Amino acid sequence: MGLGPYLFLAILEGLVQASVLTVTAVGLSLVFGVMRVVNVAHGEFFMLGAVFAWFVSNLLPDHPALGFIAALIAAPALVGAMAYASDRLILKRLNYDPEATIVATIGLLYVFQQSALIFFGPDARAVEPPFYFKIRFPWFGYDGYKLFIILAAILLMLGIWFLVKKTRIGLLMRATQLDRETAQAFGINVDNVSAYVFALGAMLAAVAAVLVVPIQQAHYLMGLDPLLLSFIVVIIGGLGSIQGTVVAAILIGLSDGILSVFFSPTLAKMVSTLLVALVLVVRPHGLFGKAER
Amino acid sequence: MTKSIFSAGSTLTRRTALKGIAAGATLIASPYVLRAAEGGTIKLGAPFHRTGIGASYGRWYERVAQAAVKLINEGGGINGKQIEMIVEDDGTDPKRGTEVIEKFATEYKVDAIFGHLFSHVVAAAGSRAGELKVPYLVCSEGHQLASGALNRYTFQPGITDVKSQVSSMAPWVAKNLGKKVTMIFPDYAFGHDHRDYFSAAIKAQGGEISALIPIPPTESSFTRYFPQIPSETEVIYHVMVGPAVLTFVKELGDHFGSTRPQIFGFIDSLEAVDLATPQLDYLEGTYFWEAYPRYAQANQTAFDKFYREKVGVDQNGASTSDPKDISTYSHMFSVWETLFVIKQAMEMAKYQGPDQKKDFIVALESLEKFPESNEHPQGEKIFNGKTHQVFGKQNISKVENTKLTVVHTTSIEDGMYEPEVDYTKMDL
Repeated sequence: MGLGPYLFLAILEGLVQASVLTVTAVGLSLVFGVMRVVNVAHGEFFMLGAVFAWFVSNLLPDHPALGFIAALIAAPALVGAMAYASDRLILKRLNYDPEATIVATIGLLYVFQQSALIFFGPDARAVEPPFYFKIRFPWFGYDGYKLFIILAAILLMLGIWFLVKKTRIGLLMRATQLDRETAQAFGINVDNVSAYVFALGAMLAAVAAVLVVPIQQAHYLMGLDPLLLSFIVVIIGGLGSIQGTVVAAILIGLSDGILSVFFSPTLAKMVSTLLVALVLVVRPHGLFGKAER
Repeated sequence: MTKSIFSAGSTLTRRTALKGIAAGATLIASPYVLRAAEGGTIKLGAPFHRTGIGASYGRWYERVAQAAVKLINEGGGINGKQIEMIVEDDGTDPKRGTEVIEKFATEYKVDAIFGHLFSHVVAAAGSRAGELKVPYLVCSEGHQLASGALNRYTFQPGITDVKSQVSSMAPWVAKNLGKKVTMIFPDYAFGHDHRDYFSAAIKAQGGEISALIPIPPTESSFTRYFPQIPSETEVIYHVMVGPAVLTFVKELGDHFGSTRPQIFGFIDSLEAVDLATPQLDYLEGTYFWEAYPRYAQANQTAFDKFYREKVGVDQNGASTSDPKDISTYSHMFSVWETLFVIKQAMEMAKYQGPDQKKDFIVALESLEKFPESNEHPQGEKIFNGKTHQVFGKQNISKVENTKLTVVHTTSIEDGMYEPEVDYTKMDL
């Protein structure tokens, strides 16, 4: 295979990875931005999204497309409800104390992961894609569904941008992010905002998982990789900055895709980690983050 | 106000603390008390992969072990003693695996340990078992034992090692599929065994390796590796343990379409996976190594019937209680056979308790042959007391109508190689 097609494949793969990563990481970034909570269980919400997607699509075995659409609605809704409950039952009671919530979300990570092992089992489970469409380039074949993932991620990000910047809900979120106490003084129920943001963040992870599960599989240990990559992306982009997260996700996704096609996946991981270290040294608040005042 | 859980000012009185400690101590001590009261049992430690990446295997290893122990105990146990199996989860983790070995040896004081599978766990735990001088029987396939990397207390009497497996099949691959092979393998000990021994074996057949593609064990996407497969490749050889195999097969299909090379794989990747899964369509017409055919073949033996019934597996290799629960059929027989080897050697040594550990080791080393039987349903085997490794027949199966049909069975001699170590010369 010549260099041109090789690079083309690398960019395609990178974009698919960047899309999934963007959606997942924006969820993590929102939660940190608004609530100042470092959600270590974020990867498990991703895993739960995939597991629920498998469960829901199995209820409609003869209609993969219907099953997928049902999963796209039901899985994030279920995960969002679980996140909402976690916030109300645990995080709120810790008064969103930064250290305490880290420990609490580590606990949640294990609870979700081991529950998945008990109820879902140790096997990897496949979910049928909503459609089979193979694109045959002259040099190699490519799964059309992967291009759909890229499209879906773009639409989702536009939706989030609209929600945060143009709606009243977004205004409340931004007010809470800017200054929690002043927001409260203005009559905003910040506890409510926190609970919904936590649910929204988890739902984004779940949507990303539903999108990816037809090309990966649902497995109870699948949450670790997205968690690490999301943290990398959020740190590089600037904690709490959504634009920064999107830019960093595309950067990391593409560099990972290209480096791992041409060299080795291990090198790609090394470069990402090195970038984090570099950003922390040179711009501790990230590419787009604002320094603490 | 912020309240940290680290500075929780709860009131813990002396009385409640003492109560708690007393209750905890009772709880910890109770199983020990129970065990001591029973007396007269053979205690076998079973470190299974209940969680972690080996969990699909671990679940079936445990089921098979339960079935074999039940059968042995119903028949009067070993030397009149009932087997007491103590299961601990090792998380498919080398560190945890080693801790579990220590727990078996020092706390439970078991007579032997059996059932470890993943090679990176065996590598760590095997050395510790040797230091603690506790008989350690693995069901793992790795060549590290027969290569001399482990010790006198470690045995593999239930399943053939990778070196033997691949060298017995290389002639068939070279003759029927092609001589230019690209290998895709996991980038750790087990995959390196495949890389080294299959490369050597195919070269001995006049073949060559077109490319070697190592894959990190946690990889979830494979498209990026396929450009490395040279166009002159005649055979793709794939062996990958991990949950991502369905992705691998599907992406391979996307990449090559209808003009694919021959594909030869190790069933390890597809253990516990239903071959009728739509993502695996692309495997139709490809070949697999199987130690023990998952689908009952036309010439099924009475021993296989017996074994399937006892471990609760149907003709398709799935659980009799849930046809979607697929077994790890090509590996789990090693647990069954290992338990009967333990029984045989302990009976030869007239084993009564841990003082006779050395007699048990010497008895194990004196074993030579296991005939095909209810105790050894996978087939007859030859045991090498010097390398502590057993040798058996291997099968090559073709995927036809989403089932595996055996097309070739090797002889035991096809997989024999010169011993690389003599453990009997090491100190006991």
